[in-house]
Amino acid sequence: MSRIPLRPLARILEARSKGENPDVIERENIRQRHEEMQDRARARAEGRLLVLGVFFFCAFSVVGARMGLLATSEAQEPLASAQGANIATQRADIVDREGRILATNFETHSLYAQPPLMVDPVAAAAGLAQVFPDLDKERLIKDFTGKRKFIWIKKRISPEQKQAVHDIGDPGLLFGPREMRLYPNGMLAAHVLGGAGFGKEGVNAAEVIGVAGVEKQFDGYLRDPANGAKPLKLSLDLTVQAAAERVLLGGMKIMNAKGASSVLMNVHTGEVISVASLPAFDPNDRPRPPTSGFDPSDSPLFNRAVQGVYELGSVYKIFTAAQAVDLGLVNSETVIDTSGPMRIGGFPIGEFRNKNYGKLSVADIIVKSSNRGTGRLAMQIGSKRQQDFLNSLGMFDPTPFEIVEAQGGQPLFPKQWGELSTVTISYGHGLSTSPMHLAAGYAAIANGGHYVSPTILRQKGPQYGPRVMSPTAARQARKMLRKVVTSGTASFGEVPGYAVGGKTGTADKPKPRGGYYEDKVIATFATLFPAHDPKYVLVVTLDEPSILAYGKKRRTAGWTAVPVAAEMIGRIAPLLGLRPEVEPGETAGITLTSN
Amino acid sequence: MTEMVYGAVPAQGGEPILPKWWRTLDKWSMSCVLILFGVGLLLGLAASPPLAARNGFDPFHYVERQAIFGGAALVAMLLTSMMSPILVRRLAVLGFLCAFVALALLPVFGTDFGKGAVRWYSLGFASFQPSEFLKPGFVVVAAWLFAASQEINGPPGRLWSFALCMAIVAMLVMQPDFGQACLVLFGWGVMYFVAGAPMLLLVAMAGFVVLGGMVAYSSSEHFARRIDGFLNPDVDPTTQLGYATNAIREGGLFGVGVGEGQVKWSLPDAHTDFIIAVAAEEYGLILVLIIILLYASIVVRSLLRLMRERDPFIRLAGTGLACMFGVQAMINMGVAVRLLPAKGMTLPFVSYGGSSLIAGGIALGMLLAFTRTRPQGEFGDILRGRG
Repeated sequence: MSRIPLRPLARILEARSKGENPDVIERENIRQRHEEMQDRARARAEGRLLVLGVFFFCAFSVVGARMGLLATSEAQEPLASAQGANIATQRADIVDREGRILATNFETHSLYAQPPLMVDPVAAAAGLAQVFPDLDKERLIKDFTGKRKFIWIKKRISPEQKQAVHDIGDPGLLFGPREMRLYPNGMLAAHVLGGAGFGKEGVNAAEVIGVAGVEKQFDGYLRDPANGAKPLKLSLDLTVQAAAERVLLGGMKIMNAKGASSVLMNVHTGEVISVASLPAFDPNDRPRPPTSGFDPSDSPLFNRAVQGVYELGSVYKIFTAAQAVDLGLVNSETVIDTSGPMRIGGFPIGEFRNKNYGKLSVADIIVKSSNRGTGRLAMQIGSKRQQDFLNSLGMFDPTPFEIVEAQGGQPLFPKQWGELSTVTISYGHGLSTSPMHLAAGYAAIANGGHYVSPTILRQKGPQYGPRVMSPTAARQARKMLRKVVTSGTASFGEVPGYAVGGKTGTADKPKPRGGYYEDKVIATFATLFPAHDPKYVLVVTLDEPSILAYGKKRRTAGWTAVPVAAEMIGRIAPLLGLRPEVEPGETAGITLTSN
Repeated sequence: MTEMVYGAVPAQGGEPILPKWWRTLDKWSMSCVLILFGVGLLLGLAASPPLAARNGFDPFHYVERQAIFGGAALVAMLLTSMMSPILVRRLAVLGFLCAFVALALLPVFGTDFGKGAVRWYSLGFASFQPSEFLKPGFVVVAAWLFAASQEINGPPGRLWSFALCMAIVAMLVMQPDFGQACLVLFGWGVMYFVAGAPMLLLVAMAGFVVLGGMVAYSSSEHFARRIDGFLNPDVDPTTQLGYATNAIREGGLFGVGVGEGQVKWSLPDAHTDFIIAVAAEEYGLILVLIIILLYASIVVRSLLRLMRERDPFIRLAGTGLACMFGVQAMINMGVAVRLLPAKGMTLPFVSYGGSSLIAGGIALGMLLAFTRTRPQGEFGDILRGRG
């Protein structure tokens, strides 16, 4: 090997001078450079490969060590969820306006089995089958002797059942604490409360979540630990609710109706004091929703007062009259020609039983419930103003009532609001709303012209919304309503001392495929009392009532809904703290004082 | 006399193939591979009956298939390991081209078997996953390019191999198959590292990875949830990880006994991604440590043998294959023991899967071919006084 000269070209020059081929030397130089480069790369790669080897060795060692640590640690009973996601157990109570319990929590236990811990699986299965007759012994034996390590047996058991299971004495039968939602009043206010079920479930706790009603609407509030389990105070009054449901159930049976609902609302605060829908259910044991072959709106779970939208009929006439007075088109004494025939767009507008009332004052139109009369008023009002007025009463949107089902009560109204619609809606046909909508509308008449939104929460004072009609119009409308009871279709509605005013409505039920049934009606009585200074609005609705009276089948509200409502007012007005009063006479304006 | 008449029988150049193969082969690594394959069959017996029951086959349907594919894989491995590095390179480049085309055509002809990612060709009796075959091929091609770039006046092999790598990663991500994409990227990175990546670049890359991770953590909720779930010391027992952890705990040192394990009934991926959990539950820590030892010896032995290798191509290709193999095993087991965030990856040579088995056999055969003892010119070093 020759010495590399300091000057790279020296050897080449030397070779040239000797006459040799310099290419050989050039190649030799390149080869040397290449070898040096390769050597450098190899040395570097050697080091880096060693690094890689050490890295892999360490990494595999760590995996092995970790595996060893895991394998030597104790196996744990499975927890339902990781720590840090604790299941909040305390759910706030729900109370009525006086603080009486409507929903609370109850400590129970769940029962589960761990067959590997069992001493005598067969005896345990036999014992369980004795304590819980609904369990199948053979199946339990199969479960306990099979491969399963963990089996839920019962989600909730009573203290007595727990003791009985305890007495079986098998260490493989274990209990987990369970907070359970309890509705001590049973079926009372079932539709408002809704119900609760278990959400996330573990051995040591289960989450209670609302599934319907206020339990679902206020689920976040009820579960929020930040509220310190402060109870949710509703506007309901337990005693009034009980009386109302009792009367309604009796009325429904007597009137042979298949369903019924009632709404009692404070006209100033919007508080709903009682709301009932029948048939009802027990929220402690909430039934499953019907799946098929069954109209969901006939299910006990269906809230007729809030969810159900119906054409409620003549009860709407008072809105037409009130608006006509409010606009200054008429007053209660203005005479309107209600004689027939009247055709709107080729469609005849008739009266009940094809009567012909001739010329009637506006008040008498309401008292006699003349379709043609209100139709003429509505034509004077016009479709645009009628829509605006009904909209201001909240008739086009679901009620803001705070239970989840209220969102389902979307009113149905015609997209094309022509002259015919204007006329039919003036007497309550063609517009479907829930009884709750109607109660809110009547509250506006009762409180002197303010819209109030119905609420299930306890309020501190009057909650007036925007003004929808003048106090004068509201007063005249109240007088008309009072007259309906004293000398009109609702004469059975008189409750001595409580000056009931109201309007009946009997609407043929629409067939599912269009047209109307001849013999199925929705009978409604919407009332306010006392009529001279209304405090409450009550709407009673009966679904398909019919009663034999004076030798005839009667379906109209005057014969069905009105007596039920009257009985209800007679029972609940004292509970509401209303004293029977002598109605002030026509000498209005003179205040009665006593010294 | 005969020779005088007919001429001499041409002398055999060098040793016969088989004795030479046996003499130069890394016999320890090959034994480890054979044992691993046996362990795979054993665990298949444990883990796959639930799957067979679910799919309505005989209990050992998948074990039979595993044995058939495994036999093919072993034959492929032996044949490959007998080839010379040059032949391996030529065949691997051809194979790579085929696999590349197959991968590119996946969106057209591939099927997803209802799993949401188009990764397979359905051949009727079996399925074929091109990306499994692409990985060893890519390693060889990239190593060739790297080695070529180390020649004087060589092509810019680093850039080309990087472009190729990115193209493959892009196709894999589109499937989507992030696991394989990461493996390919990792294999290329390791080769670049050994081929002499500048230190500064490596530090910068590490910095970028950390930075990118932090950005992803703060901007992607999905990613953040995975990391949180990984960092959270408590495992949700209803997840796959929870089942796997519990199974390892149940197993303890010596396992619950053959056939007594429960986790295989609860984990849908018991025969592939979480087979180590099945091993831990039924056979205990002992078998798991043996498996880890087997993987570690293959990888570490191969890397140490490659340290002596002078041919840059063989060195790089061997490194890429060994590291890819090792890292895949490591990720699989690291996930099961929660050292790494959840990522589905098969345990090479043990998990069930036809493509993965045969491709793994070919890759290991290449590795064995590259790690065979070869004259490394030590004599010349001594002569030149550099030894």
